[in-house]
Amino acid sequence: MSHPSPGAILKAVAKGRGGIHVAHNKITADCETVRMPPPRCVVLPMQQHIGAPCAPTVKKGDHVDVGQVVGDSDKYVSAPIHASVSGTVTAVADVKLANGRIAPAVTIESDGQMTLWEGLRPPKVTNRQELFAAIRASGLVGLGGAGFPSHVKLNTPPDKPIDTLIVNAAECEPYITVDYRECLENSWNIMGAVYTLAELLDLKNVVIAVEDNKPEAIRVLKAIADEDNDRGDIVKLMTLKSKYPQGAEKMMVLSATGRKVPAGGLPADVGCIVMNVASAAFVSRYLKTGKPLTSRSVTVSGDCIRRPMNVRVPIGTSIREIIDFCGGFTEEPYKILSGGPMMGQALVSIDVPLLKSNNAVLAFSRRGVGLKPQRDCIRCGRCHEACPMGLIPTQIVKYANKRDAEELARLGVSVCMECGSCAYSCPAGEPLVQHMRLAKEIMREAGVK
Amino acid sequence: MMNETAKLTVSASPHVKGPATVSGVMFDVIIALCPAAIAGIAVFGFRAALVMAVCVGSCVAFEYLSRKIMKKSVTVGDLSAVVTGLLLAFNLPVSIPLWMCVIGSFVAIVIVKQLFGGVGQNFANPAITARIVLLVSFASAMTHFPEPKSVDAIVSATPLATLSGFDLSGDLTGQIHLYQAADKLPSYFRMFLGVRQGCIGEVCAAALLIGAAYLLIRGVIKIAIPFSYIGTVAVFMLLASRFNLAFTAYQLMGGGLLLGAFFMATDYATSPVNLKGKIVFGIGCGLLTSVIRLYGSLPEGVSYSILLMNIACPLIEKATAPAYFGFVKKKKEKKAKEQAKEGAGA
Ligand code: SF4
Ligand code: SF4
Repeated sequence: MSHPSPGAILKAVAKGRGGIHVAHNKITADCETVRMPPPRCVVLPMQQHIGAPCAPTVKKGDHVDVGQVVGDSDKYVSAPIHASVSGTVTAVADVKLANGRIAPAVTIESDGQMTLWEGLRPPKVTNRQELFAAIRASGLVGLGGAGFPSHVKLNTPPDKPIDTLIVNAAECEPYITVDYRECLENSWNIMGAVYTLAELLDLKNVVIAVEDNKPEAIRVLKAIADEDNDRGDIVKLMTLKSKYPQGAEKMMVLSATGRKVPAGGLPADVGCIVMNVASAAFVSRYLKTGKPLTSRSVTVSGDCIRRPMNVRVPIGTSIREIIDFCGGFTEEPYKILSGGPMMGQALVSIDVPLLKSNNAVLAFSRRGVGLKPQRDCIRCGRCHEACPMGLIPTQIVKYANKRDAEELARLGVSVCMECGSCAYSCPAGEPLVQHMRLAKEIMREAGVK
Repeated sequence: MMNETAKLTVSASPHVKGPATVSGVMFDVIIALCPAAIAGIAVFGFRAALVMAVCVGSCVAFEYLSRKIMKKSVTVGDLSAVVTGLLLAFNLPVSIPLWMCVIGSFVAIVIVKQLFGGVGQNFANPAITARIVLLVSFASAMTHFPEPKSVDAIVSATPLATLSGFDLSGDLTGQIHLYQAADKLPSYFRMFLGVRQGCIGEVCAAALLIGAAYLLIRGVIKIAIPFSYIGTVAVFMLLASRFNLAFTAYQLMGGGLLLGAFFMATDYATSPVNLKGKIVFGIGCGLLTSVIRLYGSLPEGVSYSILLMNIACPLIEKATAPAYFGFVKKKKEKKAKEQAKEGAGA
């Protein structure tokens, strides 16, 4: 008899409450990732992660090769920045970022060669500490959009032992398909990372979570998991009923382990780490090649893009160039987003560089975004039903307008992850996420926790 | 293609919105009220339609005028005034003088709704408050319930008024049969179809249930309030009548219970948004209704119960606040801390 079914598929229903059904619009799902030719120049902002900003380590006129460090920090919660093209540093100066902030950046004019830096070597990794050091050196930050330095996330304090790694391939945001493509195109890397991490971090459980609307990804991953029987049962594939925001960390932990992350806590508080699938695949590639994070895949889509597709782009490429590569616009866009339609950010301009954490560039016409007249709240309670965190947005709005920090604390605003489910469901078209941010701001000002 | 000066729109996420709109929700309520409206006209004749038209018309007009006068955006398009007008008409006897309808609409829209800031802001249900104001001011017109299809015919008592004359400790089944035989109490079938005395919209249980099913399927209302409301009344009546099913059936179908439980107690603005709150709210309505009906001086208590619970709604919401994700109870937290301390001490 064959083994009882290692790598058996774990079926998880969307645990917990709330959530919404959004049109998936994954039109680029079947587009194989296309590598973009080297751009004319790249702009590498010195802060592409949560944590301490980097300081430039090169100066104007220097020649750099792909993978060479151009910015680093001596702080632990930070990730170095590497040249993503080979060429000459033409400026080390402040630039405007997608979020409107100004940050110092290194601009490199490409020589079109994409010469790899000769100093690149696969890291030697035999234990935890070496692993964290290697991941820090690779410049990896959460590729799913959060942008938190990965080595910090993996390096949990000793009083919080980790037993479960969750590889997040849910990709519940509409339109985005980079993680899905990663599953299909780099499944071996994903599994490689899973085994390495499981061994070095001494994990008992690894759960790869995919939404059940991606049968192809499930098939591919399962095939590989099945092939590797001798690893026992530590790796499980979990299919999730597709529902937004199924891919949110806390939701993921609940679905995979049944554990609830306490308010104000992190998955590590309940023994879990959640890692984006593209990040995991990168770890595996890096350990093999030593080539740091200098490019990433992005979904370019939306109803204004002539040729929606997935592109592999050097970090720091201007978003305008990426859009041009995809055939430009079919009509004048009304809104351009970096990230998904639910949590992404509306861009003021497309002349901004692509950051490590940007997983999509979406351009919509006026028709593409659901506009509806904004009316007064009718207290219908739909926002409360939709909220995966069990908050009551309509009441939060009420107390935010009164600037009542005590009441806001009682209502638990701080657990809001700004997923947008509430605003999506609101028939009155209230900009609820904006109100949630305001409410958090009020609490911060009042110093209430 | 994009010229350099093109302005991109920047706003907070999410950048897609669901299909629900306020007018869509209100339209669903109107659709759900249609069966009962048709039944009302079928039972009481054309004048029922007239009463509805006057109520809806004056509600919309008052809404328009009061928004204009207060210099606020005109919100007639959200259809909420139409719903209020229909519900008000449903709560009036068919013989009501039309000018009273206009006064009722004024109370509902101007005083209860707009003076408190418009839709979603009122603390009490506009239609119910208007009905109570009319009831207190024009008691005889409001309790004059003509027999079906004969506006000026002899007036006898509504089923509930008849029931309230019964001796609860006596032989209820016997009394009910006696009255049914004497045609002073409609048969169950007539009760279900609505061929009985009462307010325009409350009489036809069948039509109300069809409308309620529509609202539930469309997700406009949740079952929590009607279920706990009607359930509480049912249990109370069963106990009070020593498990007399006939008596309980009349109580459930009689008066405005179904209309109130499905269409008025579920009013968004004046009922709790959270599940636990909804259940408490429904049970409260049920208890008050039963007590008023059996032990109060009035035969019917749906309106008063809902109004009272409306007023208590903010309190209920506070007391039943749901635990948000990862919420840690203060007590537990303390315990955990103490344990940690003990552990450290030992
Ligand atoms: S969904 Fe919108 S209209 Fe309904 S209660 Fe929430 S904020 Fe108000
Ligand atoms: S944005 Fe915040 S309040 Fe709204 S649904 Fe998401 S977690 Fe809940």
